[in-house]
Amino acid sequence: MSTQPTPWLANPAMQKILAPLLVGAFLLGLWQALCVGLEVPVYLVPSPMDIGRTLITDGPMLLGALWMTLKITFLSFALAVVLGVAAAFLFVQSRIIEASLFPYAILLQVTPVVAIAPLIIIWVSNTTLALVICATLVAIFPVISNTVLGLRSVNPGLLNLFRLNRASRWQTLLRLRIPSALPYFFGGLRIASGLALIGAVVAEFVAGTGGTGAGLAYQILQAGFQLNIPRLFAALVLIAVTGVALFSLMAALASYCLGHWHDSEQG
Amino acid sequence: MNAALPILEAERPVLLANQVEKTYPNGTQALQRLKLEIGRGEFVSLLGPSGCGKSTLLKMFAGLEQPSAGHLRWWGKGAIDQAAQDQRLAMVFQEATLMPWAKVADNVRLPLDLAKVAKAESAPRVQAALELVGLGTFGGVYPRELSGGMQMRASIARALATEPNLLLMDEPFGALDEFTRNRLDSDLRQLWAARDLTVVFVTHSIYEAVFLSSRVVVMGARPGRVIADVAIDGPAERDEAFRTSAGFIQQCARLSALLAEANGEGGH
Repeated sequence: MSTQPTPWLANPAMQKILAPLLVGAFLLGLWQALCVGLEVPVYLVPSPMDIGRTLITDGPMLLGALWMTLKITFLSFALAVVLGVAAAFLFVQSRIIEASLFPYAILLQVTPVVAIAPLIIIWVSNTTLALVICATLVAIFPVISNTVLGLRSVNPGLLNLFRLNRASRWQTLLRLRIPSALPYFFGGLRIASGLALIGAVVAEFVAGTGGTGAGLAYQILQAGFQLNIPRLFAALVLIAVTGVALFSLMAALASYCLGHWHDSEQG
Repeated sequence: MNAALPILEAERPVLLANQVEKTYPNGTQALQRLKLEIGRGEFVSLLGPSGCGKSTLLKMFAGLEQPSAGHLRWWGKGAIDQAAQDQRLAMVFQEATLMPWAKVADNVRLPLDLAKVAKAESAPRVQAALELVGLGTFGGVYPRELSGGMQMRASIARALATEPNLLLMDEPFGALDEFTRNRLDSDLRQLWAARDLTVVFVTHSIYEAVFLSSRVVVMGARPGRVIADVAIDGPAERDEAFRTSAGFIQQCARLSALLAEANGEGGH
């Protein structure tokens, strides 16, 4: 059985998982060695082992905070997808509608959420809802712009074929425009999923200690005030892992939906 | 009165272009006072250099573009009526233009789906069309898994699935290698011979035009116009032997001379 040790290492799928893991393990090892070797105090830079221990001891509290952040992320992501797609469909109805509304979509994109979050938190008394609104504002733009691009990126030859066969507007939308838009839409989803998480964390930061059932950003703030640096890092780790997981989830979804036909999902 | 109608219909040309002009907003004249009549069962090639308006004319025949002046008639009518029996029109484009997300059979079924033909009725027609172009076993694969020539065959099958009476083809084999192109030309010629089909075929290949056609309309550029209308002399069944026959080469030479003459005139 050990006569051929290479096949699973030569497997590209395996390499794709293994290579980054090895890099991660090496960097963690280096970090640990430096912390121990240079005797870095734990309140400046905790070693990976310290962070790991904190993750276990503070686990229940941090997981509760993670759940809160995830809830806001998912709610705002869902809202961004639904509203973003609806806006995109509205935009492609006519050039006039797009021309008159698109600048305002850009306005959403370029306004920093930290600048408007305080307002939203004042206006909306329900903290969770306020946070969801902030994160949605951050995440919605890539969904709108990518879906609009996709709905417009129809092969002109196919469009002629549909016209020639007297396809109705509805048939053209369902059988041509939506399938053509899917690769772009999934590209938008990938970006939006990360932005929803960032939006949720940033909004929590702005909301500060106000809310009950506070999320990971609240834990980071608290840990900072208390100089509990290992806990701060542990919360950071959870956010990073969540971001990577979200991205992988979106990539898997795109691969599942497009894998059999679209070039981006080949090889 | 009603009994006389079918005879009248049969005498009408399938396609008629009368004094058709196309001028683009920027002033380019793509077609100038063009007159052309195509009868039932003809295989007519529109032959000419790029810019002679042959593709524009074909798009007009397909109803995808409107003439700036003049008028068009389909079976004597001023508009295409896809619902009418025996007056169905299909088009094959320069590229295969298959939907990459749909399997080959679903691509071929598209025109029938759009016309709301029930699946029970369309499935055998799709299979028959695929078999006609030699793709009988490829209905379940995605277009990306097919070669360029096979994709073009699928595109032709999609056109044939509607059982068209008029087939418009816009340089369908232009992107293929010569070997594949010759094979598809032979197959197309057989398909045409086997059914009541009128074909208008756009090409810039003299050999392809002579091999396929019963008639070649030679066009010149700037402005696009008809230079010559040449009947092609050849056997009903054309094969590789025809390609190398003296008659074939003679007719190619003649068309080549006509094209050169036209380009000499226009080349100022």
